[in-house]
Formats: sequence, C-alpha cells, structure tokens
Amino acid sequence: MSAIVSVRNLTKTYSSGFQALKSVNLEIEEGEILALLGPNGAGKTTLISTICGLVQPTSGRVTVGGHDVVRDYRAARGLIGLVPQEITLEPFEKVANAVAFSRGLFGKAPDPARVETVLRQLSLWDKKDSKIMPLSGGMKRRVLIAKALAHDPRVLFLDEPSAGVDVELRKDMWNVVADLKAQGVTIILTTHYIEEAEAIADRVGVINKGEILLVEDKASLMRQMGQKQLHVELTEPLSEIPAALAGYPLALGPEGRSLVYTYDTRGERTGIVTLLSDLRAAGLQMTDLSTRQSSLEDIFVGLVRGQLVGGQA
Amino acid sequence: MNFPAIAVIFQREMARFYRTIMESLISPVISTSLYFVVFGAAIGGRIETIDGVTYGAFIVPGLIMLTVVTQSVSNASFAIHFPKFIGSIYELLSAPVNYLEIVIGYVGAAAVKSVLIGLVILATAYLFVDLPIAHPVAMLVLLAVTSFSFSLFGFIIGIWAKDFQQLQLIPLLVLTPLIFLGGSFYSIDMLPGVWRTIALFNPVVYLMSVFRWSFFDTADVPVGVSLLAIALFTAICLAVVWWIFRTGWRIRQ
Repeated sequence: MSAIVSVRNLTKTYSSGFQALKSVNLEIEEGEILALLGPNGAGKTTLISTICGLVQPTSGRVTVGGHDVVRDYRAARGLIGLVPQEITLEPFEKVANAVAFSRGLFGKAPDPARVETVLRQLSLWDKKDSKIMPLSGGMKRRVLIAKALAHDPRVLFLDEPSAGVDVELRKDMWNVVADLKAQGVTIILTTHYIEEAEAIADRVGVINKGEILLVEDKASLMRQMGQKQLHVELTEPLSEIPAALAGYPLALGPEGRSLVYTYDTRGERTGIVTLLSDLRAAGLQMTDLSTRQSSLEDIFVGLVRGQLVGGQA
Repeated sequence: MNFPAIAVIFQREMARFYRTIMESLISPVISTSLYFVVFGAAIGGRIETIDGVTYGAFIVPGLIMLTVVTQSVSNASFAIHFPKFIGSIYELLSAPVNYLEIVIGYVGAAAVKSVLIGLVILATAYLFVDLPIAHPVAMLVLLAVTSFSFSLFGFIIGIWAKDFQQLQLIPLLVLTPLIFLGGSFYSIDMLPGVWRTIALFNPVVYLMSVFRWSFFDTADVPVGVSLLAIALFTAICLAVVWWIFRTGWRIRQ
C-alpha cells in the first residue's frame, strides 16, 4: 500500500466527554495534497493533532510511513512537520534560532545552509536576526512554516494555514506548497475556505461532527456531484413559470427576469436543446444565456446539511 | 537518544539565562550581601560561634542553599510553564523526543544556572567572611545534585501549574517556609525539644545538614541519612516526570 498516513477506526473522546472523532478512517497517499474541509468544531484539528502526537487517541490506530504514532512515535514523528493553527512562538527568540531549534528538536544535526534555504523560501531571510515578538502576524506565520520545514519532513500538516493571512502570504504559501509537492512531500491542510481546497488540493475530504463524510479526488468530486445551471435572461419579466414548461426543473430568477434551469452534467442528455425549443414555442424571448458550474462550496454546504446533492435551496 | 534535541533545548534555555544575565546573577548577589549585613554583621555579632564556626561563616551554606533551591525551582518551573502557557509546547510534544531528553535539556539547563549562581554567592561570601571548605569535591557534587533535584521539582510544578499564580504558589507557600525552618540560619540543635523532632520531617534539614558538613565537617543529622534523603527526593521527582510524560497529564489531551 502506498498510503503514507493511515488512520484506522480512530476515536477521540475528550475528558469533558465531548466526542471529537467518531471512528475515522483515512488513507493519505504519498505525495498528494489533501484538503480537509469542515466547519468549526468538525474535528479537523483533533484529527491532525492525534496524528502529530499532541492528542492521545481514545481508540484506533494511526501510522505514518508504516510507524505507529503511539508505539513507534520517534520514527513516525520524525517524518512529520506541523504548522499549528494558532501562532505559538517564543516571543524573545530570534527567527533563525527558532528555525534551527526546530531542526535540532527533530534530531537533525545543525545545518545553517538548510536553515537559510528555508528562510529564503519564505522571504524571512532579512528578518533572520529579528526577535519574533515585533514581527507582524503574517511574518510570524511564515516563521511557523519555516520551523515545520526545518527538518525536511515527508508529511506536512498545515492547520488552517490561511486564517488571517494576507493575499501576498497566501500566494507565497501556495508557491511553497507547490515546491514541496514537486519534491514529493505529502501535504495535508485543513481549511474552511473552499477556494483554498479548490485551488491546490488533489483530493478533498469533508469532515463534520467528528465523521469523515467523504474523501474524493477533487476533479471527480466536482464532476460527480457538480450540477450546472443554465440562466436564461428574458426580455419580458414573468410572474410565474408558464404551464407549458411545468415539466422542467425550472426556477424563476430575480423579478422574473430570468429562468434558472438546473441540470446534471453526468446525464447523457442535459435537456438543454429541447428546453430552448420549448421556450421559443411558449413565446418567450431571451436576451442572454449563461451556464454556471456548481462550486466545491455548494457541494460542501450540501454535504454538511446532510443533502447529497446541493443546488439552490 | 536524540542528542541534537537535548542540545538545542539546553542551548535555548541557557540563551534565556544570558539574555537576563544581570537579573540572574546580580539579584542573588545583592540579596546575599543583604543577608550578610543583617544576619552576619548585625545579628551575628551577638551570637557566639556555632559548633566552633563564626555565625557569619555558618550561614553561608544556608544562604547558598536558600538561593540555589529557590532559583532551581523558579527557573525550571518557568522554563516549562512558559511554552505551555503560550502554546509553543506543541513543538516539543510533536517532536521525536522522549521524556528523558526533555528533562535533560530543561532541567539540565536550570541546574547549570543554579550551580553558577551558587558559585557566585560563594565568591561573594568570601568578601565578607573567612570560609573553610572541608570537603570541596563533596560540596560541588552536593551543589550540583541539589540544583538538579530541585530543578526537577520545579519542572513538575511548571507542568502542574495552570497559570502564573499557581506557579508562584508552591515556592511561596511550601518552599520558603521549609527552607527557613530547615536550619538555613541556625543549627536544629538550637531548637527546643519537640520542634527538633518536628524539624526532622522537613526534607530541607537533611539538605542543609549535609551541605554544611561539606564546609565545616559537622552535621545535624548523619551524612549517610542526608544523602539517602536527597536520593529519595530525586528518585520520586524523576518517577513523577516519567509518569507525566507517559500519561500526558496536563500536557497532552
């Protein structure tokens, strides 16, 4: 099996009695970028924290590179880099020292050249002698990423990497992620920004209330579950959908100035051609036509609401 | 053993010490000098020699222990409580390090600081009094062992404490009384009958006694008993730290 991270029947119940993970199963392939999507409190951070050793599993088993994260924690953790969600840094430490510290902590011999590479990659080189405290929030997040990369991990976890991050940093971050992927590093990121998952992930996992709802190749997920909408702009507003068109799944747009036709791209026949001729037969004049692919967001919202196919509510 | 990890933890903790070298070294020197002025000169002048040692010299081992014990506990407890408080402990918990490596790094650094402070106080003492050291090697070993065991104790407090108030609680409520009642500034032979017996339940008494023995070759309690007590205390602290990292108590959810 080529899974680098394997999660089997993982359950976590906190001492408060809150069950954050309910028998989670997840296989993460080597070299892929997996985005874990889910609303706040879905269990994303608990899942990552358990894999990384911050949270003790209640039951179940996690292996990283074939090493059990509890019994063989040294080998397992050595493969992992973690960028936490919160900015948690020693405020009085210098940037370069903080990165060198992380490298040492993971058992790697000091390597100033490697530290320099990481710092340059994250545009931190000119801040290397600065203390962490006066840095901006975005800079601090770069430091967190640099620390996670200092020991050349094979699996990188990014917990909510773009929370409170400006456009420039986000762009830098995605460049780094792309570089890492090119080097064969497996990347798991959690987010509740769907565009993020849509932009960079190979696969998308949706987690809610401690359960993985699905893990799917991003493209096939969007193809499978994707619905398209045809918007027909009308010259004359309608007060209701004409009886002749009652057989179609149509909805009336704002002020009756458009008709919205929802169809499934998987279907052999989309029904567009017959719809258009029926529209003409019903005497409707159109000014414009446009189609819209449903985004990951629609799919996500649909899933979390417990509906398999979302669409406009 | 993950030696690079031990090295970076140790270096970082020592860097914290160097950053605040003035506070770290000057304040014990000043407070020691004050003790000498008050106890040694003002009060000591009215006290006869104790076991043939002038009072000024007699209090030196006690002063060193007082500072070394409080500094060990406060340094080590802060060193681990601070990352726990700001959250940067995540890195320690997700790194391939075991409890022994973490302890050697943090407790080792705290102990080294304490030994340095102890030696600075000793040097300061020479400015005020003539001081014989009967067993110099034993004195240094005891200084190191005490620094280590109380740093270990401080490390436990740092993990136990839920906030900075609690961090101050044990040193203030438990340690200071134990040290003051532990014969830092007097021989427990000077206590009236019942109190002498009670004093024997104070672990610091054994520490003070054996440390004073290394200077003056006289002890309140047998040296062997003292050494056993210190070994026992260290062993208990080590066992607690091992248990903490095994169970994740107050550090892992």
